[in-house]
Amino acid sequence: MTVDTITQTDQYLTFKIDEEYFTVNVRNVREILEYTKITKMPDAPHFMRGIINVRGSVIPVIDLRLKFGMQETVPKSSTRIIVMEIAREVKTLVIGCLADSVKEVIEIAPDQIEPPPEMGTRWKKDYILGVGKYQEEFIMLLDIKKLFSTAELTTIDQPVLEEEGQ
Amino acid sequence: METDIYKDIYKTEAIEILDDLEAALLELEDLPDDMPLIDRIFRALHTIKGSGKMFGFDDIADFTHEIENIYDGVRSGKLKVSQDLISLTLTSGDIIRRMVHAEEVSPAERQAMISRFQGIQQGEEKLVDETAGISKAREEKILPEKKQSAIWRVRFKPGRNIFQTGSNLAPLFAELRELGESTVVCHIQDVPGLAGLDPECCYLSWDIVLTTDRGEQAIRDVFIFVEDDSDIAITELEDADSVGQIEQHQRLGEILVEKGDIAQEKLAEILAHKPLIGQTLVQEKLVDQSSIKSALAEQQHIRKLSEKQKEIESSDSVRVAANKLDTLVNLVGELVIVQARLSQHSAMSHEPMAVSIAEEVERLTTELRDNTMSLRMLPIGTTFSKFKRLVRDLSKELGKEIVLEMEGEETQLDKSVIEQLNDPLIHIIRNSIDHGIESPQARLAQGKDKTGVIMLSATQSGADVVISIADDGAGLDAAKIRAKARERGLIAAGEELSEEEVCQLVFEPGFSTAEVVSDVSGRGVGMDVVKRGVEALRGHIEISSRRNEGTKITIRLPLTLAIIDGLLVETGGEMYVIPQAAVIECFEQTREDIENAHGNNVINVWGQMMPYICLRQRFDIAGDIPQSRRVILCEANGRKAGLAVDRVIGNYQTVIKPVGEIYKNIECISGATILGDGTVALILDPVKLLKEEQSVSLRDKIRTR
Repeated sequence: MTVDTITQTDQYLTFKIDEEYFTVNVRNVREILEYTKITKMPDAPHFMRGIINVRGSVIPVIDLRLKFGMQETVPKSSTRIIVMEIAREVKTLVIGCLADSVKEVIEIAPDQIEPPPEMGTRWKKDYILGVGKYQEEFIMLLDIKKLFSTAELTTIDQPVLEEEGQ
Repeated sequence: METDIYKDIYKTEAIEILDDLEAALLELEDLPDDMPLIDRIFRALHTIKGSGKMFGFDDIADFTHEIENIYDGVRSGKLKVSQDLISLTLTSGDIIRRMVHAEEVSPAERQAMISRFQGIQQGEEKLVDETAGISKAREEKILPEKKQSAIWRVRFKPGRNIFQTGSNLAPLFAELRELGESTVVCHIQDVPGLAGLDPECCYLSWDIVLTTDRGEQAIRDVFIFVEDDSDIAITELEDADSVGQIEQHQRLGEILVEKGDIAQEKLAEILAHKPLIGQTLVQEKLVDQSSIKSALAEQQHIRKLSEKQKEIESSDSVRVAANKLDTLVNLVGELVIVQARLSQHSAMSHEPMAVSIAEEVERLTTELRDNTMSLRMLPIGTTFSKFKRLVRDLSKELGKEIVLEMEGEETQLDKSVIEQLNDPLIHIIRNSIDHGIESPQARLAQGKDKTGVIMLSATQSGADVVISIADDGAGLDAAKIRAKARERGLIAAGEELSEEEVCQLVFEPGFSTAEVVSDVSGRGVGMDVVKRGVEALRGHIEISSRRNEGTKITIRLPLTLAIIDGLLVETGGEMYVIPQAAVIECFEQTREDIENAHGNNVINVWGQMMPYICLRQRFDIAGDIPQSRRVILCEANGRKAGLAVDRVIGNYQTVIKPVGEIYKNIECISGATILGDGTVALILDPVKLLKEEQSVSLRDKIRTR
């Protein structure tokens, strides 16, 4: 999936991780929960923080800070878990995603989204579908299909940040 | 749309019947003279045909009809059951199955099957004629034993002067009613106009349809005082017991002909022109209105009876959609969680009333849980019997002589487990036939019986069901496997594995038994697929083998996939559940005990040194070991070891929730459960943990060498 596949104006949920703004299509957001205790899962990649109970179902939680090579999320009053749904061939994947704070739902037209720049961001562009503008800030449209692929979530790999000088 | 639903129902039903047919045929192979079995086969064919016709599967109906005819011959003793006949019928069953699955079956193929059947029939008939006398005698012996209810038609036409002898007819009908269910139609066509009517004469006649098991004599007895003055005709229509199976009841016209109200030729003539027979016949003045009414009543009577029979059959069991059951199981799961919360809170409230209510709720919940779970349980025999066919066909194809023996078919397992177990079991049995059991010559040369045996058994042990597949074939060649594993780097240089451990290597991906054990072309599917299938069911698989003596594969499966009894424990603030079935004992371990062990993870259990796994170490949990902690001695899959935890909280009814696709590779965790306070606890897999412990200590041994 590339930025070209976005052909219509859609609503997007914006949230903050560290000082950066990210966004996902609201269609992929099931609900937003307050931070709750996460049960640690042994033998799993460190960015997979564990599992939580959402009304009787067990849902895995990912810490994008760890996935992107930053410090672990320390829960604050603004910390939220965004429960996302990603359609898969067999079963829809439901995953919780830690965010330092959740902002608002905005409308973005296709022409407002640019392809991710080759250089100059802290983020590996593989996980970024495109870059938009939000209140004079850059906003990263996450490629959740890729980011939350089973291979990505089960393999213990580290270097997600672009290395300098590359 | 609606017809689609019915067609689906027909398909499911037809497949079930075909399974039953197959089972019956295989049994018939052993007991070729068993009449009830032949009846069962006939009934199965008949039902497939009947409902096939009803739902528009004309191809299936026509084809099945031909086979049914053959079995009609078998039933009446005209045709003898032979090996060929059974083989042919089994193949036809497959063809019907394909047709049910809407696969293309060419008419030529069907015709070929039918002619083969007819070939058998013609070849056999002469033979049977000679022995007919004997089988007839046998049949006659059987007949009087039957006490079946039948449908009778009674035509009662009292003499005109019957009232003059003082007879009262009303009690006769009451008496008939006592014999069984009856439908009475009165004919009034002979009653003259008022002017010509003699009030002391009887102008009426009756048709009575009666279902009774008392026989003709009982009916005659009812009329004993009037029979001299009346016309009484009693005829048997059909077996009431078979009504349920016969979908097409006699047509109105047929009934009329049989009763002699109209001649066959006349009826045919009418039928050629007009569709509505009843009306037409009256119009043409061939029969009168009341004859039609009587025939209709008869039709109705039989129809009602067949409906009633169906009701009886269906009241034995209720068909429920699987997803409804799943919802029920889920709801019970939620209830169990709520009940845990209630128990927790009431225990803290110290209020006797609340505690006693909570206990009552707990008792009911446990009962409800067990009952709900049992709804999903099926005997494993349903799957086992399918393998009979597999063994029969495959061993013939390979020119081997193999019998399949079964044990514990009544062992119950969760329906979904049974379904998902099917493929792994087929793989294993295929492997046994293909690579395990040797050819008859090779077996004789080794001094074995030339017939190989595959033993399929199932037993329940605790919360597990153990299924084993054992053959007395060639066994695995450990040396060859070892060499292959070295070549593939599965065994590190210098690593020594016992024979038993070597055997387990066949479960490694890319390690096909075909390559290793024999040179027979690899029909055997990789055992890693089998292993994965079993593990998806939270089960475990092991193999043991002796060269030239045979191979035994043991599969352990949890009884249900939904709720288990567990022991809730805590380590560093994290909660875990250990399945109760694996727990043997709990021991206290103090800091001094740990120091005295000099860094070895062993504990003294009744004078015996027992290794244990420290969960804090294993799961990398922060925090200090408390002054005193608990070691839980577990046993799983024949291995014993302890699990060290900070604290034991107590028994816990554990509703198992899957941890999802992302965590499916984490072996030591078999699932998660939701605690009373809404947090999640992990369910440990003792089998995997204890196995890990063993390989760790094995590595230690190698290191110290």
